[in-house]
Amino acid sequence: MNPSNPAAAPAAVTVSAGPGYSFAYLDAGTKRMIRRAILKAIAIPGYQVPFAAREMPMPYGWGTGGVQVTAAILGAADVLKVIDQGADDTTNAVSIRRFFTATAGIATTTRTAEASVIQTRHRIPEAPLVEGQVLVYQVPIPEPLRFLEPRETETRQLHALAEYGLMHVKLYEDIARHGHIATTYAYPVEVAGRYVMDPSPTPKFDNPKMDDCPALQLFGAGREKRIYAIPPYTRVRSLDFEDHPFRVQSFDRPCALCGAEGVYLDEVVLDDAGGRMFVCSDTDHCESRLGESCLGETRRADGQTGEAA
Amino acid sequence: MTPPLLAFEDVAKSFTLHLRGGAVLPVIAGATLAVRPGECVVLGGASGAGKSSLLKMAYGNYRCAAGAIRVRDGARIVDLATAAPREILGLRRTTLSYVSQFLRVIPRVGARAVVEAAGLEGGLAPAAARTRAGDLLARLNLPERLWALPPATFSGGEQQRVNIARGLIADRPILLLDEPTASLDARNRAVVVDLITEKRAAGTAILGIFHDADVREAVATRIVDVSAFHGALAA
Amino acid sequence: MDPLLSVEGLTKRYGRRLACDGIGFTLDPGEVLAVVGESGSGKSTLLSLVAGEVAADAGSVAYRMRDGATRDLDTLSAVERRALMRTDWGFVRQDATQGLRMAVSAGGNVGERLMGIGDRHYGRIRATALDWLARVEIAPDRVDDPPTRFSGGMRQRLQIARNLVTAPRLVLMDEPTSGLDVSVQARLLDLIRGLVAELGLAVIIVTHDLAVARLLSHRVLVMRAGRVIETGLTDQVLDDPQAAYTQLLVSSVLAA
Repeated sequence: MNPSNPAAAPAAVTVSAGPGYSFAYLDAGTKRMIRRAILKAIAIPGYQVPFAAREMPMPYGWGTGGVQVTAAILGAADVLKVIDQGADDTTNAVSIRRFFTATAGIATTTRTAEASVIQTRHRIPEAPLVEGQVLVYQVPIPEPLRFLEPRETETRQLHALAEYGLMHVKLYEDIARHGHIATTYAYPVEVAGRYVMDPSPTPKFDNPKMDDCPALQLFGAGREKRIYAIPPYTRVRSLDFEDHPFRVQSFDRPCALCGAEGVYLDEVVLDDAGGRMFVCSDTDHCESRLGESCLGETRRADGQTGEAA
Repeated sequence: MTPPLLAFEDVAKSFTLHLRGGAVLPVIAGATLAVRPGECVVLGGASGAGKSSLLKMAYGNYRCAAGAIRVRDGARIVDLATAAPREILGLRRTTLSYVSQFLRVIPRVGARAVVEAAGLEGGLAPAAARTRAGDLLARLNLPERLWALPPATFSGGEQQRVNIARGLIADRPILLLDEPTASLDARNRAVVVDLITEKRAAGTAILGIFHDADVREAVATRIVDVSAFHGALAA
Repeated sequence: MDPLLSVEGLTKRYGRRLACDGIGFTLDPGEVLAVVGESGSGKSTLLSLVAGEVAADAGSVAYRMRDGATRDLDTLSAVERRALMRTDWGFVRQDATQGLRMAVSAGGNVGERLMGIGDRHYGRIRATALDWLARVEIAPDRVDDPPTRFSGGMRQRLQIARNLVTAPRLVLMDEPTSGLDVSVQARLLDLIRGLVAELGLAVIIVTHDLAVARLLSHRVLVMRAGRVIETGLTDQVLDDPQAAYTQLLVSSVLAA
């Protein structure tokens, strides 16, 4: 209705793709090109496949790579979930969901279990993924060796020859400076015993979920024009040293809302007085548990007053 | 008679000075002489007669224009005039010792370590090299407080004594001495004379240049006048 | 026994200019060969050709591998070749920023080769790095500093440690002391001389400085305009130069 200002007119998102638009925005030729790149990426787990990334109607850094991968694999029957830092309700997640609702008319959900395609920025859902699901990561910098080796010709060579000593140099630097491996996100992994891969800026907490995962994991970097993949049930190993083994972050408290333990928590600042609480980063996970009446300390306190009212 | 350890056979040396229009400067021609174990042959003749050149050729430092310089290395005989660089380097490790007029200073290495290193290179065991280096420096009256210091800071006489110790520490069959006593006082000259006499008694073949008449008299078993090797040049 | 390295007929043209014209030599284990000449003589190109960093137009480089077999480097796969370069060979560059990772700590620079050959024990890598820093006279408290905070002489010493940590048998050095103060040069030369003797390294050192050649090398190769003008025992070539060009070179520098 008001395409020049869609944000101000939520009703506009219900409009399906108008004449001249292909299903899921991208034209058939582009999709074929991207699917070929995806198939190659699946065939060579962890290998970065170059592709001719298109301009998308959103800025770089907003997930143009992930959006193109999603657009290329979506079918009319798919149910899409989009998360940003674990949350379904951030601007980025909402706008991408609306984009696909508008251009593909597909169903969306916030429930991990209900989704067939999940596009994510910076998290892997807490609920275990299952066979048939596809997790699409938005990737800003796909090259794990870039930090130490700025030359693309050289990093390609290093990948080709599986020379990954340099990756350990980065971990060495971490330990030398901080006493432990201080890399907490984008923590490099070795895929299927061959390619070393950047898992995108997910917290290393999520790295173990990538290993032997029943779902297909696809990674799209729009600005850098690379696609890579981890096929289902693939060995994914986080790099480490014998005397400094890989460890995930642990939290010394459960989620303040739902009481979940062993999940990734975000720190939320409550007021100017320094009040803060730690809550599930995965909003769907948290809400599901609340629906099942799992209560954290905050809700238990709220609950008493609420139920009394 | 025992066969010589070092023998010059009809050796000639000239320098072609390309920077002076290719002028050829003849130095030696028809030099023939032999040095046997236990002999100390002293080269005589006026300055510029080619004494140093002969010594340098015997060490492989200068090339030969003609003739042969045969060095006995164990059972085999090597001709320095035609030997490959690696062979010459090998002879310097095992057979040839050379004491020049000046110590070529190695930065940052202490005097004793300089001497010790030469001993190790000459095949001495580390402990023996260390002991012998100390003994030699002590005999040459180099104050012990200087042993740890690099010789770059030493006086000419002190440097020369380090140089002599370095040249004499290993037991090589052939010893070449180019005015080793030039900058020494009488007391230290006497020490060097003793050291040379000991080497000779041990069977070393020595070829040397000594300006000091008394040193020459004390050590020489034979004096060869190098001027005699100029006859062919005149011809 | 075969020599450690055999170079034959190495030739490289840049357009019409011959940078190297049929250069050949052999190198034995523990032998130090100096390549001297003025800028543009082709001496640095020769080093790049030997290292395989520049493709030769003609000629061959053969190397006796650790297993005793002599291999033509052209027949090695890229994997074999790179593995050789970061284990059994070293390359010390004139410009330390080309030979070091400037954003990585000194310890990381030394440890890289170890990690490259699969060492995955942080404590061991760090201990080895500290040991090597000590051997090149870098204080242990500098182990976590990046080379950007090092002086020129320290950077060169760090390069040496980084190269020697895998106990290579052949080290190529391209003007390792140029651009340093004289006193710093002397210290570095002495360090190199000591390590070369102690470890029995074979070295090809490219230098325009005849004093460096005299101090470090057994044999010397004098190059001019891509050709070898004269070769032989270092002190013989410097003290009794035969070729006109060598005489000019020797006479045009301060006493070496």
